Amino acid sequence: MTALAVPARQSSAGLTGTTSLLRLAARRDRVLVPVSAFGLAAFVALSAQATFALFPDLESAQQGMASTLANPALVAMYGPISSLSIDSIATLKSVLLGGVFLALLAYVVVRRHTRTEEEAGRLELLGAGVVGRRAALTAAVLLGTAAVLLTVVLTVVWSIAVGLDAAGSVALGVSWLVMGLSWVGVTAVAAQLTSSTRGTAAWSLGALAVAFLVRAVGDTAGADSPARVLSWLSPLGWGVKVSPFGENRYWIAVLGLALYAALVAAAFAMLDRRDLGSGVLPSRAGHDRSPVRSAGALTRRLARGTLVGWVVAYVVLGLVLGSIAGSVETFVDSPQVADMLRAMGGDAGSITDIYFATELHFAAIGASALAIALVTRMHTEETTTRLESVLATPVRRTAWALGHIGIAIVASAVVMLVSVVVAGLVHGADVGDVGGTVVRLVGAALSTLPAVWVVLSVAMLLYGALPRFTGLAWAALIVFLLLGEFGDLLDLPGWLVDLSPFTHLPALPGGAFDGAPLVGLTLVAAALGVAGLAALRRRDIG
Amino acid sequence: MTSAIQVHDLRKTFGHTVALDGLDLDVATGEIHGFLGPNGAGKSTTIRILLGLLRADGGSATLLGGDPWHDVETLHRRLAYVPGDVALWPNLTGGEVIDILARLRGGVDEKRRASMLERFDLDPTKKGRSYSKGNRQKVALVAALSSDVELLLLDEPTSGLDPLMEAVFRDVVREFRQGGGTVLLSSHILSEVEQVCDRVSIIRAGVNVESGTLTDLRHLSRTTVRATVARPVDAALLSGLPGVGDVLVSDDRVTCTVGGDDLGRLLEVLGTYGISALTSAPPSLEELFMDQYRTTSTATS
Repeated sequence: MTALAVPARQSSAGLTGTTSLLRLAARRDRVLVPVSAFGLAAFVALSAQATFALFPDLESAQQGMASTLANPALVAMYGPISSLSIDSIATLKSVLLGGVFLALLAYVVVRRHTRTEEEAGRLELLGAGVVGRRAALTAAVLLGTAAVLLTVVLTVVWSIAVGLDAAGSVALGVSWLVMGLSWVGVTAVAAQLTSSTRGTAAWSLGALAVAFLVRAVGDTAGADSPARVLSWLSPLGWGVKVSPFGENRYWIAVLGLALYAALVAAAFAMLDRRDLGSGVLPSRAGHDRSPVRSAGALTRRLARGTLVGWVVAYVVLGLVLGSIAGSVETFVDSPQVADMLRAMGGDAGSITDIYFATELHFAAIGASALAIALVTRMHTEETTTRLESVLATPVRRTAWALGHIGIAIVASAVVMLVSVVVAGLVHGADVGDVGGTVVRLVGAALSTLPAVWVVLSVAMLLYGALPRFTGLAWAALIVFLLLGEFGDLLDLPGWLVDLSPFTHLPALPGGAFDGAPLVGLTLVAAALGVAGLAALRRRDIG
Repeated sequence: MTSAIQVHDLRKTFGHTVALDGLDLDVATGEIHGFLGPNGAGKSTTIRILLGLLRADGGSATLLGGDPWHDVETLHRRLAYVPGDVALWPNLTGGEVIDILARLRGGVDEKRRASMLERFDLDPTKKGRSYSKGNRQKVALVAALSSDVELLLLDEPTSGLDPLMEAVFRDVVREFRQGGGTVLLSSHILSEVEQVCDRVSIIRAGVNVESGTLTDLRHLSRTTVRATVARPVDAALLSGLPGVGDVLVSDDRVTCTVGGDDLGRLLEVLGTYGISALTSAPPSLEELFMDQYRTTSTATS
């Protein structure tokens, strides 16, 4: 091993073939990169335009946003506002969020052409030919850098074109450049650390999450708190500190470029010291024994990672929902808007109640996505032939399927309850009634579950009866979402809108409770689920 | 002699493809039965019907006295299965998979588990995604052998193993039979079948073309005879003998093939010419296999 670890001395510094690799990589990303760059630029330009249209003058904008701006949940999400100018308000949501998306694009591009290729063994093929040792990493870094630059230039030009301040637009470009290039470097290093694509993803995305949290803590800390310095320790914090349309601190680009150069240099140093196919860190050994004793326990063990992720996401969702709730009444202070919301969300209840009812229906659609993900795991198990090994033991296929359905039912309920309990605690503390708020929200969350069960059963029926079309469960969920969102707007016939189980949910908390639709949804779910299980019992596996 | 597996006139079609076209198979209790056939002959389909994963369209299959489709729970407690292409869960270790599959089957025999891990030289702490094909197969083999079963259904279980591990596999399978177990071994590695199997079945295009012990099959097949003789031989005379063919005479050398039943008669005739050297090569399993394969393909086409 040590003999292999000596850096290979090659002609032209191991870069032979970089151009052909770069051309190949650019060809494979010819849709991904331009579409993402265009999408991010459009995100900034179009949301700015919409803000200009919504608030014809600065004063109305400031009034509309004033209560929202001070809310720590929003500062944590979007960063502090750079100034009270209309341009700043118009780009509040896009600076940090867009920068994070650009970092994600950089991560995808760099990972795709380094560790993913290496793990699939394609780099071995290339490495055996006339391609130098450093060519693949060089090509990936160049392409990632190009993707960031393309997005930045397009965004700056488009921003100026829709009427945003030119100096501020350039500062926004600098902010994104810092965040995007940092993740070109972070991912280049992450790809050297571990030997798997998943490991690379964990390191690079983990770093992104840590950077986001560190700056969220820093940004929301009190004016004289020492924690404010945390924002300066995160590349995402730097992006916010550029303060586009406010201070316009262009010099922060130096920080970003220095980090980018250091990380890329570190990645090349690691590449020279490791073997092809391996990582700098040794791959971790796992347990040699397992406590799993039943098919259900195996399913739970396999779903563990997914469940933890969803619970964390729904805790965060609950925090955001709960802390924004207090400012909803002030945000929607015009009586016309209130009436419109009431018409959409049901006949009764305060604005806050309607807000919660609307958000909980969205949360339920998210929980349905979790249920689909857990149920369609069965299809993955079957197509990978791992199911054969399980069904060759005394496990009955219906029992195995029921294990998946059970987990989907429990997990979707748990995430809904976790988020409303958190939201209830936060909002309850705000209004001075923790117990009452939590109970009302828990009731509302429970009332959404029958709709989740219908979606879950649609997935089960597809998997049981038409396994090749299991993926249509996702299409069904999207159709339900669209029917709910645009059904009234497009004046679609009632029976069509009624196809979505979410249409039948009562507007809780605040609205009138009617149990009949919930019983109906539950019966439909049960019928679809039983039909799916019956079909699975009769058909061929594999 | 009781049968562990009895298959009669088994039929299965997938869409327009006929996978099994009236297959017969009989595996006696306590034997290692080789299951041979070209790719797509229907070996895996048969095994998957025996596992209750596929439902047969016609015919009958009996496994350990039960119905493979209906008696899943009771039957699967008594058997273990090793697929040819083992897929593991990427984030479970080999040791975890061995425990899980053996426990689902009814329990782990700790002593066997430890000894199999050692004999197959398998590291149980690595994650599924980092095992090579051969190591994935070892995981499935150890899992199958770590529980107490009567029947092993093995579908090309050694296609990724190195020769050393193949030898371990052969030993382990023989020991399993000595303990009273039955094995159905589908394989492409003919030397392996030749070394461990008591009987073999050769199938093609979903039907059984030949079953029996290797001796039986050899008997049915043609032996190549090469002789050096003192006096010139009349080629036409040899060709006229029953069962003799492919006669080639050059100077004092004679080469021909002969069916198993007619070998004695041929030697008698050759003896009259004064044999100074003689070799008689029984067909290898490979020749047998090719032979069966060719005859049926000409017969069917």
